[in-house]
This record gives sequence, structure tokens and C-alpha cells, in this order.
Amino acid sequence: MTRKQKKMLWRILIAAALFIIAVLIPDQIYPADRWVIDFTGQWTPPADWLKTSYTAYMWGPLKLLSFLIPYLVIGWDVLWKAARNIAYGQVFDENFLMCVATIGALAIGEFPEAVAVMLFYQVGELFQSVAVSRSRQSISALMDIRPDYANVERDGQLVQVDPEEVAVGDMIVVKAGERVPLDGVVLEGSSALDTAALTGESLPRDVAAGDEVISGCVNLSGLLHVKVSKPFGESTVTRILDLVENSSEKKAQAEHFITKFARYYTPAVVFAALALAVIPSLADGRWDTWVPRALNFLVVSCPCALVISIPLSFFGGIGGASRQGILVKGSNYLEALAQAGVVVFDKTGTLTQGRFSVTAVHPQDMAESELLELAALAEQFSSHPISRSIVAAWGGVPEQERAVNVEEIAGHGVRAVIDGRHVLAGNRKLMDRENIPVASDHDHPGTVIHVAADGRYAGHLVIADRPKETSAQALRELKAAGVRRTVMLTGDTQGAAQAVAGELGLDQFYAQLLPADKVDRVEALLAEKNPREKLVFVGDGINDAPVLSRADIGVAMGALGSDAAIEAADIVLMDDDLLKLPAAVRIARKTLSIVRQNVVFALGVKLLVLVLSALGLANMWAAVFADVGVSVLAILNASRMLKVK
Amino acid sequence: MKKTFKLIDLDCANCAAKMENAIRKIDGVNAASVSFMTQKMTVDADDARFDDIMKQVVKACKKVEPDCEIVL
Repeated sequence: MTRKQKKMLWRILIAAALFIIAVLIPDQIYPADRWVIDFTGQWTPPADWLKTSYTAYMWGPLKLLSFLIPYLVIGWDVLWKAARNIAYGQVFDENFLMCVATIGALAIGEFPEAVAVMLFYQVGELFQSVAVSRSRQSISALMDIRPDYANVERDGQLVQVDPEEVAVGDMIVVKAGERVPLDGVVLEGSSALDTAALTGESLPRDVAAGDEVISGCVNLSGLLHVKVSKPFGESTVTRILDLVENSSEKKAQAEHFITKFARYYTPAVVFAALALAVIPSLADGRWDTWVPRALNFLVVSCPCALVISIPLSFFGGIGGASRQGILVKGSNYLEALAQAGVVVFDKTGTLTQGRFSVTAVHPQDMAESELLELAALAEQFSSHPISRSIVAAWGGVPEQERAVNVEEIAGHGVRAVIDGRHVLAGNRKLMDRENIPVASDHDHPGTVIHVAADGRYAGHLVIADRPKETSAQALRELKAAGVRRTVMLTGDTQGAAQAVAGELGLDQFYAQLLPADKVDRVEALLAEKNPREKLVFVGDGINDAPVLSRADIGVAMGALGSDAAIEAADIVLMDDDLLKLPAAVRIARKTLSIVRQNVVFALGVKLLVLVLSALGLANMWAAVFADVGVSVLAILNASRMLKVK
Repeated sequence: MKKTFKLIDLDCANCAAKMENAIRKIDGVNAASVSFMTQKMTVDADDARFDDIMKQVVKACKKVEPDCEIVL
């Protein structure tokens, strides 16, 4: 609790004690010396004591005073604020309303109610303040990846300095257990880094000399000497924190609605109260019935529960998402994501790994390993991604002396003599050129490399960009989370696209698209989708910035360390695990459902109490509950957001 | 120029919204936001008159929520 909250707690305790004393003072006083025994044998005061006793005469004002003391102890600041705010022209604020309600109660002789309402109001306010600051702190703690210091070597000694003071090119030392304070390159040492705070990924990342390290990661084991490559203000950690902190600036529609609603709600209820106090009273003259009912209206008229709990829910959602390595740049995007109906994916690097690998080996009259070895040794001198993937699939160490007379035939493949055998490796055209009959023409998705040895066909390898292991599951989870349609866009060939789309179970795909075509495609999809649902585009953020900005929500993935991606997207997945996308959708849906619950619950209770008050069925206690109690419940509901997985 | 300020004792979300509206109405302010959650205020205003504008911002905030202090 802050000092202010502690002070309030003391005031509440003291006022509560005084209030209890005031309640315990009997309503009438009986001067003991004048009591008589009546015929039933009981002590009773004389019937005329009120008229004769001076003390009894003063009793009414004393009684008022005994309640006025706790009332002022608990409510002086509310009275003061109300007076001050009226002076500033802020008439309809909650302080003023509480004052009118409680002073009204005092005026009609309901002393205990007046004090109790004020007391209850302050207890609620305190509770609300504590609950809000607690949840704020726990959200901030989730995102607390800010490093406190950096170890810099000065005059042969390690000193701790503020990360902001470290210049680009300086050498910093990161010990085991410490947070990497700035982005840089490892000069010396090796270690495992825990990137969970940034990516939500629990598997540590190994780094050694020459590798880049990113601020915000925790060094788990070894000592690292790091050369700083970016000033603190531009480091990953600062950028992420800025992003999340500024996210509340981009307000969701629900928030706009509530702010607007609050502007009309309070005056409307106040005028309704005025009408309720005056109009029926003029008709039947029973002011003592209608005025208290109207006072209830005033208590209920503060929109605080809504105004607090809705941004808090969004903030909790954004905080919870950031803990899992999902950065949401604004409440509005979280709100839109909850309505995601169409999800459009870029293929390469998003659904697939973005690199080639050998997916099938079909030898003819030789072992698989032998075919791979021949192809790998023939291709070992090339730096083409396809050649690399063959060498990687083979897994052996390239031995240059085993391959002689290596000749690259542009557009066809390679010819070499390996261990004395004449080997050809390349596409169909190469085989045709060399008059080598190809046994069967396979229609494989991806690139096919045919191999021939000593003039005889030896088999072929299929090389393709494999889907990520989690892609299929992510697509299933998206469907389960309520996404209606999944679409893939790619610049790749029809065959390759079809294979990936079929394997992953996408609803639709468009192949052979140029970057500009992708924008057109997204425009077309936007035009044909249901107007109430949103279109999400997921890409790697590197060369799809125009599409990211055209979609309702642009999601960039694998963004750790890529500034361009963080810049271009609305939602950023810090690593390249596609499963984070359904997780983000679930968080968004959960946030929105909590927001909806809070709006309905808070408005419902308020409306109910208003109706009951007008009918004379609800007292001021119910009204205070509808005001403060509902706020507290709404805050507690919003804080559930922190626990969403 | 855009600057962010810390707020101390910003107690109610409704006040934050009111403060935001009041700041936006000040002449020379391009954009403003008051975040109850982060207890921060961002003001984007004319470079040349920034200090002058900030004085008005402080005044406007005092009107809405006298207890709230802006750390300049």
C-alpha cells in the first residue's frame, strides 16, 4: 500500500470506531435518579422526562454531533474536493454527488445512513485503489525486463553503471544470472541465454563469440564479454517497453464507448434524480418519501466501475500477451483480433521454415545414403541454397579431393568425377542433354535433382521448403478459436503452394504472386469478407510491409532483433512459432469477454438499483454497493486477465 | 515535440479521461494522452512554445484532479 492508502486505512478505522460509538449511544437518555418502578416491577423513566430534563432537551443536537464527528473524519476530503471542483466548474463529479447524497441523508434525519454510506464509499475507494495498483504492478512486473545496470570495465576494474551511460562500441561484461543490458555482439565467452522474457520461449539459446545478443535476455551460465552495438534508447528492451507502454494510447472502441457513455450517463442520472425528487412530491406532497429515493440515484450515478475496469482488462490482456512473447501495439488491435474471421498467411518463412531441405530420396539400384553422398560430393562446391541443403541432408564432411573435374553447367546442374565415377546431378534438362533416360517423371512439389552415375540413372532427390512443425497445429487451433477461413499467399509455384496448402489444411491459396499482387489479393479478400469480421495478415515483416499495413491487423513474426518487423506490424510475435497466433487470438477473445461481462454487469446492477430505488425497494446501502462494490468486482474480474494461458 | 511525463497520485480513470480532454483543448497541443494504467502522460505540442504549453497543461490537470502531481 502507498502512504496515501495507509493514511486512508487509518482514517477508515478511526471513523468506523467513532461510528460504532455513535450508534451505541441510546436514542433517548433517561436520567437515572428520576426512574421509577412501574407496576410490572421494571425500571422505567417517567413519562414526562423529556419535558423536564435539560439533558434530554439537548439530546437531539448531541446525537447529531456524535454522528457528525465520524462523518467529518471520513468525509472531509470528499466535501473539500466537491467544493473545490464546483469552484473549478466540475459539477457532476462523484465527490459532489456523494456530498449531496449524504448531506441530504443528514438533513432528513438518517444520521447512521449518512455516515455509513460515506464510510462504505471510502472503504470501496480504498479497496479499488489498492486493487488497481496491485494489478498495475503485477502487469508491470510481467513486463519488467528493464536492466538496472551494466558492468563496464574502467581502469581495470568492473563498475556498475546505468545502461544509458554506455556508448556504442563499449565493452560490457555480463555475468551468470544477470540480464543482458544492451544489444551487442559477443567478443569472448559462451553461455546459454534465457529469452523467455522476450519471446516466451523456454528453451535457452546458446551463444558464443561472434553471436549477437539481445538486451532483456538473462545470461544463465557463462561469463560474456559483449561489444555494445546500439545505444540504450534504441535497444530491443527499450523498444519493447515503449511499445507496450504506449499501447494503451491506441484505445479500443469499447473504451471510446465507455468514455462517451460516462459523459452522458452522469448528468442523465442526476437530472433523473432531480425529477424523481420534485415531480412526484409536488403531486402527492410526500417529500420525505421521494427525496431519499432520489438521493440513491446520485450515489449510483458515477460511471467509475466501467471507466476503470475496461482499460484495466485491455491492459491485462496486453500484459499477459507480452509475457508470452506477443507484443500487441494497442487495445484496438486486441479488440480487432478477437473478431478475426479471415487469416491470410505468407508462405515462405511464415508457414514454412523459409529454407530448403531434402524431403525425399528416391534411389534407383543403389542405397539412399549412396545417392545422397554422390549428390552431396558433386554439389559441395556450390553455395546455392539447394546444394547446401543436399550437403546438410547427407550429413558427412565434404571432402574436396574425392571430387575432381567439377564442372557447373549453368541452368542444368553439375558434372563431376567422384571416386572415379562420372556423376551428373541436376534437373531434367541435364538428363535429357546427356541422353540419360529418366525412369519415371515424378510430379513432386519442390525442386527435383536427378542424379546419374557412369551414364546410368541413379535416382533423384526432392528438395522443398518444409512447413514448420507447429504450422498445422496452429491452423487447427485457429479454427478452433473461431477463425472461419485461412488463406495462403505465395510467390512460389502452383505445385509447391498446393503441396503446402494441402498438407497444412488451408482453405485457400494463391500462388505465383508478385509482391504487388499480394496487396491486390488482400484488398479483394477484404472486400468479400463479412463486414463484422476482421482480416489478419501474418508475414515475416521483412518485405511485406505494404500488406501488413493494408490488412485490418498485421502480424509480423520472428521479430526478435528485426526492427523493421516491429515497426511495420500491429501485433508482433517475438519468435517464429506460429502457435503464438492462436494464443494471441484466445487472449484477445478472453479480454473482450471480460470487457463485455464488466459492461453488462456494471450497467445491469446500476440499472437494477436505479429501478429499485425509484420504487423505494433499495436503500442507500444497495446504492453504494452498486457504485463502489461493482467497481471492485469489475476490477477483480479484469485482473483474471493476468492468468490467461 | 513529443514528451512523456510521470504522474503521481492519479487516482481515478475517469479523471484521466477528463484530463486528456482538457489538455487536447489547449492551443498548440497536437495530441495528448493520459494513461491511468501506466500513470503516464504524453504530450505532443509545438516545439517553440512547449514550456509555455506545459504550464497550461499543469494548470488544466490541477483543475480536474488537484491531488495529481506531474513530474516535469
